[in-house]
Amino acid sequence: MSAAIASTPDAAVRPEPGRPLIEVRDLVKHFGPVVALAGVSLTVRAGEVLCLLGDNGAGKSTLIKTLSGVHKPTSGDFLVEGRPVAFSTPRDALDAGIATVFQDLAMIPLMSITRNFFMGREPIRRVGPLSFMDMGFADRVAREEMKRIGIDIRDPRQAVGTLSGGERQCVAIARAVYFGAKVLILDEPTSALGVAQTSMVLKYVSQVRHRGLGVIFITHNVRHAYAVGNAFTVLNRGKTLGTYRKSEITIDALQNLMAGDKELQSLSDDLDGMV
Amino acid sequence: MADREAVLTAIRDERLKRQSTLRRLMAMPELGAIAGAILVFLFFGVTAGGTGMFAADGVLNWVTVAGQLTIIATGAALLMIGGEFDLSVGSMIGFAGMMIAIPTVYFGVPIELSVLFAFVGALAIGFLNGLIVVRTRLPSFIVTLASLYILRGMTIALSILFANRTIVSGVRNFADGTWVQALFAGKAFSGLFVWLAETGVIATLPNGDPAVKGIPAVVLWAAGLALIGHVVLSRTRLGNWIFASGGDANAARNVGVPVGRVKIGLFMTTAFCATVYATCQVMEFGSAAADRGLLKEFEAIIAAVIGGCLLTGGYGSVVGAVFGALIFGVVQMGILFTGAPNDWFLVFLGLMLLTAVLFNNVVRRRVTGER
Ligand SMILES: Nc1ncnc2c1ncn2[C@@H]1O[C@H](COP(=O)(O)OP(=O)(O)OP(=O)(O)O)[C@@H](O)[C@H]1O
Ligand SMILES: [Mg+2]
Repeated sequence: MSAAIASTPDAAVRPEPGRPLIEVRDLVKHFGPVVALAGVSLTVRAGEVLCLLGDNGAGKSTLIKTLSGVHKPTSGDFLVEGRPVAFSTPRDALDAGIATVFQDLAMIPLMSITRNFFMGREPIRRVGPLSFMDMGFADRVAREEMKRIGIDIRDPRQAVGTLSGGERQCVAIARAVYFGAKVLILDEPTSALGVAQTSMVLKYVSQVRHRGLGVIFITHNVRHAYAVGNAFTVLNRGKTLGTYRKSEITIDALQNLMAGDKELQSLSDDLDGMV
Repeated sequence: MADREAVLTAIRDERLKRQSTLRRLMAMPELGAIAGAILVFLFFGVTAGGTGMFAADGVLNWVTVAGQLTIIATGAALLMIGGEFDLSVGSMIGFAGMMIAIPTVYFGVPIELSVLFAFVGALAIGFLNGLIVVRTRLPSFIVTLASLYILRGMTIALSILFANRTIVSGVRNFADGTWVQALFAGKAFSGLFVWLAETGVIATLPNGDPAVKGIPAVVLWAAGLALIGHVVLSRTRLGNWIFASGGDANAARNVGVPVGRVKIGLFMTTAFCATVYATCQVMEFGSAAADRGLLKEFEAIIAAVIGGCLLTGGYGSVVGAVFGALIFGVVQMGILFTGAPNDWFLVFLGLMLLTAVLFNNVVRRRVTGER
């Protein structure tokens, strides 16, 4: 299993903890008249989990899609390990070591688990001048990586469409962990998961962090965020409400910050603390 | 208690294993086409067994028809799996034929150069088809429907302009003895067939020649293209990209698949296949005609669909398309051999298509776990 990890690209690169991997300053993104991001700044450090919190439509997905090369920023600075970058495709981001689990997963139901797992990053076996996809290796790795995340798939060639929503999410996470050499971005990875898989994913996130990667973790669940996060950035209507280290903020304060104007707090009181 | 659970797990595992083998078999897109081919062979084996359909020259007949169709069906299948259609294949056959015949016969261009010109021209048109589809994100159905008319119209108009006719014959005078003719209309393994005739395995003609002189180049082209198509689709990175582009272009793009380039390449592939088809035909007949290839785009799509390609893309196989083409050839020729009115071929074809689409729909639900 460790052999499989060692064979991921750039596995040898182990940035020392705390070093900034991604820095974003005043990032702005417009979709025609829609202002999705109105100047966002954040820093992702090696060996740290940065949690991105905020209401629906706050711009979280847009932000991470910009970081992973899907969208081009309208303006603002974007640095990877201190160097300014301008990704024109998601491939560029992957090449730079940034792997993402998108909210919509980017899984193709008709294709097999293996083919999905390696989509865009197919392992190659050369035979003379020809190069083939190494299906044996791919099947093996897909099965092993799924086992690591706690799902025992019997047939890595079965179509992803036959998996449950949670299992699909696990394929997407396993894939990103396998290919994310420096930074792992997870957009609401636990939204469809049951208790066991959720704690598996959270454990996974902290494992990945200890390996020295930087993680961006998007969630609506403050408890999940507080469990794994080192720093918390709250977005609201395309702007940062602030970034807090874990030592600077309590879980309740974070909850209140997310809820904005204490509405949730009073609702919570009404419901006898059920929210 | 723990024991019981272990046993239960073992039982459950076994059930799942069986199911997944079955599922894997069901998930083979070509399954339906292979079953269909067997049925068709059985049917004509009984009804046309005594007509010479399965003698050497009879076999050559339907193998040639199937081979011709395989050439364009391979391109169509790959493109369909990549999520697009090309309705301009038939027009491209006519146009490419004229791109060979007119320069050769009317402008004194060496035939080798004319053939090269036709391939380059066709690839450029394929590129343009692809570029328009990828850039505008319009359905390829509409874009290539436009190409269908534009190309057919240009074929007729330009052949009248340059040659003042719509059938250009006399290509043979320029082609005889050249390597392009051997490459596109030669017969392979002729020694083998002479020997087979001498030993009495196959029949001889009255003049002593074997009834089948060799394997026609068009059949070898079909085999070669289908083999390459199959290997590329199932065993290479590009193949994975083709499935991904057709399955969900957005998801594919998000993980770094160059969807645009893949699709443009596939449109160029269908154009290439159409030109191979056209060149074989021109070399065989020694002429080009403006109406060549009429409706061939539909035959290619039908073969691909019978072979298990989904109309929605992302699923299918080249092997299936070959069997689709084989069914097509066997039925078309079989109906001739049995002497049944040829109109029944069309009826049969329609029914076959309908059955295939219904079957594919069931398979897709099975594979994706949809109910
Ligand atoms: N491609 C697009 N075109 C136009 N507007 C867009 C596009 N993508 C996002 N938006 C808009 O940008 C805003 C931010 O959307 P985004 O998906 O980033 O929110 P989010 O924080 O991820 O929300 P959620 O928690 O619901 O996932 C929304 O108002 C959305 O409508
Ligand atoms: Mg989102």
